[in-house]
Amino acid sequence: MYQDVILDHYKHPHGRGLRDGDAEVHHVNPTCGDEITLRVKYDGSRIEDVSYEGQGCSISQASASVLNELLVGKELAEAQKIQGTFLELMQSKGQIEPDDAMEEILEDAVAFAGVSKYPARVKCALLSWMAWKDATAQALGDAERKSA
Amino acid sequence: MTSAHLGLSGLLDTEAIRKDFPLLDRVVHDGKKIVYLDSAATSQKPRQVLDALNTYYERHNANVHRGVYTVAEEATALYEGARDKVAAFINAPSRDEVIFTKNASESLNLVANMLGWADEPYRVDHETEIAITEMEHHSNIVPWQLLSQRTGAKLKWFGLTDDGRLDLSNIEEVITEKTKIVSFTLVSNLLGTINPVETIIRRAQEVGALVCIDASQAAPHMVLDVQALQADFVAFTGHKMCGPTGIGVLWGRQELLEDLPPFLGGGEMIETVSMHSSTYAPAPHKFEAGTPPIAQAVGLGAAVDYLSAIGMENIARHEHAITEYAVRRLQEVPDLRIIGPTTAEDRGAAISFTLGDIHPHDVGQVLDEQGIAVRVGHHCARPVCLRYGIPATTRASFYLYSTPAEVDALVEGLEHVRNFFG
Repeated sequence: MYQDVILDHYKHPHGRGLRDGDAEVHHVNPTCGDEITLRVKYDGSRIEDVSYEGQGCSISQASASVLNELLVGKELAEAQKIQGTFLELMQSKGQIEPDDAMEEILEDAVAFAGVSKYPARVKCALLSWMAWKDATAQALGDAERKSA
Repeated sequence: MTSAHLGLSGLLDTEAIRKDFPLLDRVVHDGKKIVYLDSAATSQKPRQVLDALNTYYERHNANVHRGVYTVAEEATALYEGARDKVAAFINAPSRDEVIFTKNASESLNLVANMLGWADEPYRVDHETEIAITEMEHHSNIVPWQLLSQRTGAKLKWFGLTDDGRLDLSNIEEVITEKTKIVSFTLVSNLLGTINPVETIIRRAQEVGALVCIDASQAAPHMVLDVQALQADFVAFTGHKMCGPTGIGVLWGRQELLEDLPPFLGGGEMIETVSMHSSTYAPAPHKFEAGTPPIAQAVGLGAAVDYLSAIGMENIARHEHAITEYAVRRLQEVPDLRIIGPTTAEDRGAAISFTLGDIHPHDVGQVLDEQGIAVRVGHHCARPVCLRYGIPATTRASFYLYSTPAEVDALVEGLEHVRNFFG
C-alpha cells in the first residue's frame, strides 16, 4: 500500500499552500479527521492552479500532491478524464491491475492502486479529488452565471 | 514474556481466559496472530455468550410476553431472566428499573426525550439548563444538543484540564439553580479518565438537578453499583462487555420511570389502546416499544454471568496492572504523547496517543500489517481532539484478556511505524 511514490509525495508535497483562486472548498473525512481546503484557478477552461492546505494521513496528503502535479496546466476535459479514471481505479476494490493505457493517464496516481484494497482508506485517497470536483463546479458555475 | 513484566501483580490467568474467546486465536496477514487492542470500541465475545445466543435461537426462539405455548414462555423467561441478571450486576434496587434498549446511544436519547416531553418538575424548556462535559462521546453530546435546540434550554459544559481531567473549578457556574439535568461519562472513551462522580453529584443534588451517567466504558471494566453512584439514570451498552451488539441498558430510579412519559410508542408498551388514546404499561415495559432484542438480551445475560464468575474486582485489578505497564512502556517510545492522564491513577484501560507527526491512520495501518488492531480517528469525541489541538489519535484499549506481551507487541509495532515513516 505504501508505495515509495506515495511516501515521496507525502514527504515532499507538490504545490502545497493556498494561493489565489476562483473558488474554495473545505472537505473533511469525518471518520478520521482528514481535512483539506482547496482552491482552483481557471484560465478559461485551462486549470491554472490547484492550491491546497490540509492535514491528514499520508494517503490523503500524497493524493492531493499527485492531483496538483497531474491537473495543473491541463484542459478541463482532460482533467475530468484523469479524475474519472482515478475514481474508477479507487473504487475497484483491488480488482483493477493498471495497464499501460491507464498508467499513461494517471502517471504517479497509479501508485494508489493498492489503496483500493482497503475500503477504509479509499476515501482518504479521494478526499482531494472530490474537493477539486466540487471547487471546479463552483468556479465554472460562477463563471457561467457571470457571463450569462 | 520479557523481564519487564516482572513485578506486575493482580493479573488474571489470561491463558485460561483467552481460550474462551475464539476470535483471539485468529491470524491475519499471512500468519500473524491478532493482537486485539480495540476493546473500548467493542469487546470480543466468549464462547459462553455465543453458545447462549445459539441455544436461544435453536431451542427457545419465540416472541416474548405474548404466546401461551411452551417455547414462548421459555423465551419470555429467558428475556426477563436476563433483566434479573443485569439488575443484580449493577445492584439495582428493583428489576423494573432496568430498561433494555438497542445501545447506550439509544439509552441516552431516551433520557433526553423523556425530559423534553415531561411535565414539571422534570421538564426541560427555554428557562432551564443542561450540563454536560467536553469529554463526552458524541452519543452524550448530540442528544442534548437536539434537546437544547428543540426546547430552547441552554447547554453548558465542563472544560478539560491539560492533563486530561474535568475542570470543575467553575462547577457553580456550569451547574446552577436552572440546571435540570447533568449528564456525563464515568470513564472517558478517548482519554481514559475516570471522573469524580461524587463531586458532580453533590452539586447536582444541591440545585435539584437530575444526574445521568454514561457508564459505557465503566460497566465492562469495574464494579458498577447504581445505588452507590447515587445517579438518577445510568446508561451502558452490551457489546463492550462481552455481550452481543444490539442490546443496551438504561437504568433509572423507579419513581422517575413512573412519572416520566414514554418516548417510543408501539406494541408491548401499552396497557389499553383505543382509537382516541392509550394508557401505558408500567416501567420497564413502558419504555420498550415493539419486539425487543430478545436473543441479544439473553446474550447480555450470559455475558454478565461470565464477567461475574471472574469477578469485576479481579477484572479491574487486572486492567489496572496492564494500564500501569502500558502507560509506562508507551512513554518510552520517542515522540509519543499520551492524550489523557499519564499515570494509571483514576484511569481506565483506554490509552490514546499521538506519535510525532505521523497521522493515526498511518499508524493504525502499519500496526495492522503486524496483526495489531487499534482504533484510529477521533473516537466519536471530536471536541476532545479540538481541545488538545490534534486531528485524531491512535487508541489502544485493554480488557480482561489483554496481556503484558500484547503491550510489548504494541511498543515494538510503534517502533516499526516510526522507522517506516521516519
